[in-house]
Amino acid sequence: MADVLVNIPESAAPGEIIEIKLLISHPMETGFRPLADGTLQPRDIITSVRCLYGGETVLEVDLHPAISANPFLAFHLRVDRSDEIVLEWTDWYGEVQREVRQIEVV
Amino acid sequence: MTKVCTTALVILMAGPAQSDDRRSGFEFMGPTTQSMQTDDMANPGMLAVLAGERLWNEPAGLSEQSCQTCHGDPEGEMRGVAARYPAFDEVAGTAVDISGRVNLCRTRHQRADPLPHENADLLALVTLIGLQSRGLPIQPDPDPRLTEWRARGEAYYETRVGQLNLSCAQCHDENAGGHLGGAPIPEAHPTGYPIYRLEWQAMGSLQRRLRGCFTGVRSEPWPYGSDGYIALEAYLMQRAAGMTMETPAVRP
Ligand code: HEC
Ligand code: HEC
Repeated sequence: MADVLVNIPESAAPGEIIEIKLLISHPMETGFRPLADGTLQPRDIITSVRCLYGGETVLEVDLHPAISANPFLAFHLRVDRSDEIVLEWTDWYGEVQREVRQIEVV
Repeated sequence: MTKVCTTALVILMAGPAQSDDRRSGFEFMGPTTQSMQTDDMANPGMLAVLAGERLWNEPAGLSEQSCQTCHGDPEGEMRGVAARYPAFDEVAGTAVDISGRVNLCRTRHQRADPLPHENADLLALVTLIGLQSRGLPIQPDPDPRLTEWRARGEAYYETRVGQLNLSCAQCHDENAGGHLGGAPIPEAHPTGYPIYRLEWQAMGSLQRRLRGCFTGVRSEPWPYGSDGYIALEAYLMQRAAGMTMETPAVRP
């Protein structure tokens, strides 16, 4: 489990555009870096990040080896109802990590 | 001889030593890197803080005690500590920086192995301790046993080294604000350590930063943990006395 910082407002007004920020502790090892013995350090990157709002996918991003370590994502979302916001990402080995927050729209 | 004197004079006049126009490396960065540092949600150094908080509560070594067991919450006893280090340790009979101090607690109090320099866990603990001084002025320890360390650090700072034959002062006092290749030359204030350096894509200690400056002038860096670094750290902290701590800083 990677350390992660998630910033989603706890509440918002109907129709408000909120900012969601996600900072994941991850080496984003490119797979191109030679080690002392000439072999390559195996690739270990996050391959995709998804945001779901009430079960509906509102953002889907593919990540590639050129993205720096500890990727930071910030994006906007218009909210119109109280619901669950899920951030989930998949790594090179297919492992999925998930952060769940609830937003109150009043 | 005259040349040496003029150089000394230039350093005296241009040196940021006591005046308020000293500027942290923060001031030399672009606005995007600055906002990365000031937004705790975007500052990757805060990931080290998270890891540090976890480690703070983890029992280690034969003592099976955690930092928390003896020190309580980091917000209490650790406030202002990083702004005061390096300090002199009575038992070890030597000056230590925060990393050295944490390792003393590991070996002496937790009866655990010391963590190697630049180990991610060690950096995380030191970053957590550093954060407890963020916003506070640097207040070097008045212990007279540190005077000699600072004097040695100052001597190193002014000595030309390496194939390029440059001293720290020649870059950081005489040419601060200028450029080296594409990089602005800052005034070398240790206000933000450990830092998250974009070039490293990782956290690093002041010693790692200093090693970079040694290799930059093609001088063989001392091994990690050498007294020379502690002396330089003690001098740099004295030179930055009163400036605001900003751990965890972001640097290019
Ligand atoms: C050839 C010029 C040069 C010399 C000599 C030099 N440095 Fe540096 N130093 C730099 C540059 C350039 C940077 C900024 C690097 C960057 O941002 O990528 C820097 C950065 C630093 C920093 C980081 C400041 C911050 O804001 O975090 C410290 C501390 C430092 N140097 C100390 C020293 C010390 C001590 C010495 C002597 C042992 C030294 N430097 C020698 C050019 C030099
Ligand atoms: C068994 C008790 C004990 C444990 C566990 C312990 N310490 Fe300490 N620590 C001390 C004592 C006692 C001192 C005072 C110096 C001395 O006597 O060694 C101290 C001093 C310090 C200081 C210097 C404070 C100052 O004001 O100068 C720091 C920093 C510190 N400890 C960090 C840690 C960290 C980080 C951990 C966990 C990895 C830890 N300590 C675990 C007992 C402990």
